[in-house]
Amino acid sequence: MDTGIGAAVTRKEDFRFLTGQGNYTDDIARPGQAHAVFVRSVVAHANLRSVDTEAASAMPGVVAVFTGDDLEGVGGVPCGFAPDGGPMNEPPRPVLAQGKVRFVGDMVAMVIAETLEQARDAAEAVDVDYNEIPAVVSMEAAQAEGAPTLHDLDDNSCFSWGIGDAEATDAAFARADHVTTLELVNNRKCPNAIEPRAAIGEYDSAHDSYTLYTTSQNPHVIRLLMGAFVLGIPEHKLRVVSPDVGGGFGSKIPHYPEEIAVTWAGKQVGRPVKWTAERTESFLSDTHGRDHITRVELACTSDGEFLGLRVHTQANMGAYLSTFGPLIPTYLYGTLLAGLYTTPAIRCDVVGVFTNTAPVDAERGAGRPEATFLLERVVETAARELGIDPVELRRRNFIPADALPYQTPVIVQYDSGNYEGVLDRAAEAADYAGFARRREEARSRGRLRGIGFAGYIEACGMAPSNIAGIIGARAGLFEAAQVRVHPTGSVSVYTGSHSHGQGHETTFAQIVSDRLGIPFENVDVVHGDTDQIPFGMGTYGSRSLAVGGSAICKALDKIIAKGKKIAAHALEAGESDIDFESGEFRVRGTDKSVGFGDIALSAYVPHNYPLEELEPGLDEGAFYDPANFTFPAGCHICEVEVDPETGTTQIVNWNAVDDFGKIVNPMIVDGQVHGGIAHGVGQAMLENCAYDEESGQLLSGSLTDYCIPRADDLPSFHIETTETPCPHNPLGVKGCGEAGAIAAPAALINAITDAIGVAHVDMPATPEKVWAALQSAQGE
Amino acid sequence: MTLTVTMTLNGESVSAEVEGRTLLVQLIRDHFRLTGTHVGCDTSQCGACVVHMNGQSVKSCTVLAAQADGAEVSTIESLAENGELHPMQQAFKDNHGLQCGFCTPGMVMSALDLVANNPDPGEAEIRDWLEGNLCRCTGYHNIVKSIAAGAQAMRS
Ligand code: FES
Ligand code: FES
Repeated sequence: MDTGIGAAVTRKEDFRFLTGQGNYTDDIARPGQAHAVFVRSVVAHANLRSVDTEAASAMPGVVAVFTGDDLEGVGGVPCGFAPDGGPMNEPPRPVLAQGKVRFVGDMVAMVIAETLEQARDAAEAVDVDYNEIPAVVSMEAAQAEGAPTLHDLDDNSCFSWGIGDAEATDAAFARADHVTTLELVNNRKCPNAIEPRAAIGEYDSAHDSYTLYTTSQNPHVIRLLMGAFVLGIPEHKLRVVSPDVGGGFGSKIPHYPEEIAVTWAGKQVGRPVKWTAERTESFLSDTHGRDHITRVELACTSDGEFLGLRVHTQANMGAYLSTFGPLIPTYLYGTLLAGLYTTPAIRCDVVGVFTNTAPVDAERGAGRPEATFLLERVVETAARELGIDPVELRRRNFIPADALPYQTPVIVQYDSGNYEGVLDRAAEAADYAGFARRREEARSRGRLRGIGFAGYIEACGMAPSNIAGIIGARAGLFEAAQVRVHPTGSVSVYTGSHSHGQGHETTFAQIVSDRLGIPFENVDVVHGDTDQIPFGMGTYGSRSLAVGGSAICKALDKIIAKGKKIAAHALEAGESDIDFESGEFRVRGTDKSVGFGDIALSAYVPHNYPLEELEPGLDEGAFYDPANFTFPAGCHICEVEVDPETGTTQIVNWNAVDDFGKIVNPMIVDGQVHGGIAHGVGQAMLENCAYDEESGQLLSGSLTDYCIPRADDLPSFHIETTETPCPHNPLGVKGCGEAGAIAAPAALINAITDAIGVAHVDMPATPEKVWAALQSAQGE
Repeated sequence: MTLTVTMTLNGESVSAEVEGRTLLVQLIRDHFRLTGTHVGCDTSQCGACVVHMNGQSVKSCTVLAAQADGAEVSTIESLAENGELHPMQQAFKDNHGLQCGFCTPGMVMSALDLVANNPDPGEAEIRDWLEGNLCRCTGYHNIVKSIAAGAQAMRS
């Protein structure tokens, strides 16, 4: 069976998951552990008159009750990004509220007890006296003259940022024949990984060291942030373990106050402290995604040539800055506004606003779905207004394949791709030519059929560290890997990437097996433990294969180079005459060879070994910093049928063609696209994180009120890939985790608006909204 | 107040002292330490906690431990034998019906109940049956394929 690069190998990790032997954070029971429950603010905005813990402390089984006063001196939760390095309003975020609460769910106190039930009971007995302040829930309310301020600042603004040439853009609009304008809301989402967040903090007094088990996508980042910026624990005294993690979707990137609280409390109470979120807590306190209000204008000539694009966006930051909050609506957003097109002049202005809502951070796609949504909506709308076929309009404006690499007017340089080729293939797969007939047929059944396109491009493989630094990230974005060849030739790979569903244990093992010519079974991948892995920046932004996989390749190159030296000695040949192929070191032009396993053995049993030139052992580490972002691109085409009586939308066809560069495991890639589309469909049709405008109460705080897609909301998908290899990483890969979530919302809303003949329907396009839009269109 | 619950769990007779409010899922996970059954929500929506009780799938977060007194309960841990996956588990592996694996035990247990009642379910029937099982990773495409393939393997 082929298990190399390109093979659809079934996954190594599946056996343990399928037999109930996964090891998720909540499955861990540390000896002597106590249970923590957080008392969370029930109001959106208030000064705290008092937090009375006396009654709670006296409850059965209670070990300790802590409030913000107890944590005085402990640093606040840090933010990892300021656009362009600042200026940015960056108010402190205490771990437990100090004098004030700023959103429903803000943590006020921590109750620790012998059992979870006892901790819950005691949490009920904590008496919080709130002196309420009017809440600012919408961005409009937060920016109103004289609005109450959340923080000790003049107003509720966080940053004001822009990208692109404003003058050139104004000039483009001045000479346009046609301007298409849309006002769009990019609705707030709750990521809702099915595994709720959890954390266990533990202090070992014998070694004066700490361990945190946590549901994180990036344990080393948590170690760095919490150790260096919050608790002052040096790295060698702090171990962060993220074992099996049940989905992330961005919500498990940030460093959360609960992680700090349990780690700190573990030492205070002298025993492990465990916390697991209930789903309601996840809704209240996981970071949310999206939440933009945008005005977009596209300037064209009468025959549809794009001349300029102007975007104004208000981005909700929530009550505090989460780890990457300000990165998402700035550099992960504005830099993608060229899309697949040659639009020569682009200007985008963004303001970040504080409101009395949960902090906003990355959610699958993070910034790029927002950019793609506005761009593909405005392009589709322009096509309708100009009376040009939407496929044809896109074609007229595509960056031609021979123009790549292509410098966009918004900083990034696309490296490779064939956008027209992708669209052509997708249109063929979707039988666009036959759509008119299908529409007629649907009409005869009383259904309104529509088709919607979304081309997208995304910047993945984050990120070249020098660029990350220039744009304001307070960290590098390389990846680390260690490849340890054992004496008998089996291999352990230690990666700084973190798998929470992506299948790294399989994909990375395929790479190693392929490169070293050893059986797939002989390779194991280790991730998620800062004590085992040299370093890591974690998994998000479709970076694992492009950056983490490249780091593994780099380490493999070192293994092979060292292996050649050992082989040269063993075969009594010059090092430069040794070739390595299919697991054999061979003297070029001869039949003399030695197998990889023999070389491994002689590295650890160095009886016949060049000890004067080379250390024993075969164990190599590498750090890889990418030269550029990667740029996956593709086209998704969605066909819907709307029931005009009820406004119900049914997705009847979904065709996607994506270019992810080289593919290591097509089965896993397809799965990533499916999951991504589901997130995008959820956003466009079903999901909305809603707060009451007056009180700031979360209205969609459970899975009964917040609708994530169920099996019968979705169709089966037809997906294909095309391949233009990424020219600057050793695998030629681009990343695939976010594509579906980026493309799907625009494709779906384009299809629905096409079906019912209206300019726009806001997401989520619920039956109620679709029906109302249809009524108003018919009334006109 | 505590009470004693006795039941057959994965073929073995077990008993435990529980509180009246203890849920079956807590008993399974925290007391008997079978952590393959998961908790994904607090409103009986996600189905990560599905086990079989007296041969039928139930959401173990919605059953009191006390209600399982005298019952036969089986969990995901009971399916594979001597390291051999059950055909439904194998079908999930072969069809990439899982990613993070968190919903998976509930999906498999739920699928087995479907197939017990409908040995040859079609796509629409599978999608309909999965109403009470949420997956955030797969978009269901491969779960639907897995269940159809698992059902077929179990028929032959
Ligand atoms: S835990 Fe969600 S339904 Fe049981
Ligand atoms: S595989 Fe992750 S929730 Fe289903």
